[in-house]
Amino acid sequence: MIDFLQMIASGIAVGSSYALMGLAMVIIYKTSEVPNFAQGEMALIASFFAFMLIDSFGAAWYTAFAGALLFAILLGCFLEYAVLRRAKEPNILGMIVITIGLEMILLGFVSWKFGADQKTMPFPISPYDSLVIGDIFVSTLELLTLVVALVIMLVLFFFFRFSKLGLAVKATQQNPVAARLMGIRTNRILMMTWGISSFVGCLAGLLIAPTIMQPYMMWDPMLKGFAAAVMGGMTSLPGAVVAAYLLGIIENLFGGYVSIEFKSVVAFAIIVLVLCFKPSGLFAKHYVKKV
Amino acid sequence: MDMKRDYYEDVQFFTSGVVLFWFVMLILFLLAYPLMVKNYHVYVANYIAINIIVATGLNLLVGYTGQISLGHAGFFAIGSYGTIILMTKAGFPFLLALPAAALIAALFGFLLGLPSLRLEGPYLAIATLGFGLTITQVIGRLDLFGGREGLHAPDLTIGSWHLDTDVEFYYLLMTLTVLLIAAARNIVRTRVGRAFIAIRDADLAAETMGVNLVFYKTLSFAVSAFYAGMAGGLYAFVLRFIEPEIFTLMMSIMFLAMVVVGGLGSIMGAIAGAGLLSWLDLQLRNILEIPYLGTWLETLSKSWFSITGVSNIQFIVFGLIMVLIMLFEPLGIYGVWIRIKKYWRTWPF
Repeated sequence: MIDFLQMIASGIAVGSSYALMGLAMVIIYKTSEVPNFAQGEMALIASFFAFMLIDSFGAAWYTAFAGALLFAILLGCFLEYAVLRRAKEPNILGMIVITIGLEMILLGFVSWKFGADQKTMPFPISPYDSLVIGDIFVSTLELLTLVVALVIMLVLFFFFRFSKLGLAVKATQQNPVAARLMGIRTNRILMMTWGISSFVGCLAGLLIAPTIMQPYMMWDPMLKGFAAAVMGGMTSLPGAVVAAYLLGIIENLFGGYVSIEFKSVVAFAIIVLVLCFKPSGLFAKHYVKKV
Repeated sequence: MDMKRDYYEDVQFFTSGVVLFWFVMLILFLLAYPLMVKNYHVYVANYIAINIIVATGLNLLVGYTGQISLGHAGFFAIGSYGTIILMTKAGFPFLLALPAAALIAALFGFLLGLPSLRLEGPYLAIATLGFGLTITQVIGRLDLFGGREGLHAPDLTIGSWHLDTDVEFYYLLMTLTVLLIAAARNIVRTRVGRAFIAIRDADLAAETMGVNLVFYKTLSFAVSAFYAGMAGGLYAFVLRFIEPEIFTLMMSIMFLAMVVVGGLGSIMGAIAGAGLLSWLDLQLRNILEIPYLGTWLETLSKSWFSITGVSNIQFIVFGLIMVLIMLFEPLGIYGVWIRIKKYWRTWPF
């Protein structure tokens, strides 16, 4: 029983970073229907930016982190403005190829600049500090990630539902032409969502960095986050978070009871199964194309 | 200009004498190529030919049927491992093991095609991506497949012909490549290909016109996987040694990039894209040895970047090519070719 609870706790912990990445992807997909494969590497370059500020310029960790978050927002806005907006025929395959291309550019840049070896990110909380709740061990960093993920989800949820700007985002997503006629600057809205999404992704990156910091660190969280976003329906913020925790928990239980070796791929098997029965994910209404 | 007057003109293989002439010239060049160059360049040609086979197959799926696959490294791996295991464990001769392994890949393609009937866009992308990752993981963990240590390719003999040099393998590979490309061309200019194109352009309309979506979508996945499986089986003998680390997500991405850079929905485009990207891939692996540029990059890396990570410039180059092609010429190299052709046909106007 303790084992079981411990596995669930670790599942929730690992699910939190998936949830942050999933949220970041959903924000972009919600407004511009771009599955952003560059999400992980946008977070990667921002995390390494923080590392560079600390390592080469001797900045304090809070300045560096604030700098990285600002950098992430600017990067997101810049990529939308300079690349995505210029696409001639925005079909889904083209968007996937463009974002994969951006991903490779950012990844190549980071690994050229910093080399492939493991770095240590100075972080006020060490990943080895842990709390004991009952008989379950939870590391403080994991707890922090969980809190950040839930807070971000709530803030975004209320932002999209109740604020004027959130309403504008929704309008842009549902009908860009009508939104523009109503006086919403849809281009600016798109740019802003890329900024927000990059910010959320950067939070995930900064929270992952203390445990693992090398150029491929964001691949697994990004792919699992994407998987969670797809499972949650690609447009639903709470859906992505719930799916991320589900994936994290199932992954850990599978690793504990069935086979530790195939732990990292079970998420994709679940995705394929879920999509076979609910082609639009668990939490989105199935959208039937009109002829 | 080139008006088609009857059905047979539409489906004929050589559209004009000029095309036939250049085709014969190409075959002669391919035959003479190993005699003219050093052994390394034969290896390069082999490497490119493998990628051309995969790109041609993937183009049938992505370019003609309009589906997305980020999991072709999985089919490629199935072909590689299948061929070697059928030869070493089951004692199949090479010429039987290769198509058998490719057929196994095609079976997996069919299975992956089943969910694709209901999925599109990002949903399909993540499903195929997951498939590719799963295959690599499973292969890496099972002892039958050599686990992490990988497998050595057995000696390659066809009848009494013993192929142990790159040049001999070159002739086998080129024969198969030409046959497979011709087959792909045959597929797209006949009923099946027109069904694929109809599905790409509007699947609902295609269905109402009597195209069986279940059959043709899964067929497209299966054919594409068959090509990847064939290429994978041949690749095992180019490398002579395979391990699960080769068949990464990056490989699937590169296959997709080849098709997109070359030109979606054009066989010549896929060949050009595969040729360009795999040639660049080999060149950029030793980026510091390129004259002039290499020394400049070395000083740049030493003062601003890290010298250990300099080989990662290839990712930047590939990424830039993908982004720029999508932004400025969505039809890829084939689109550029069409534009040049049009320009000269109407020149000087």
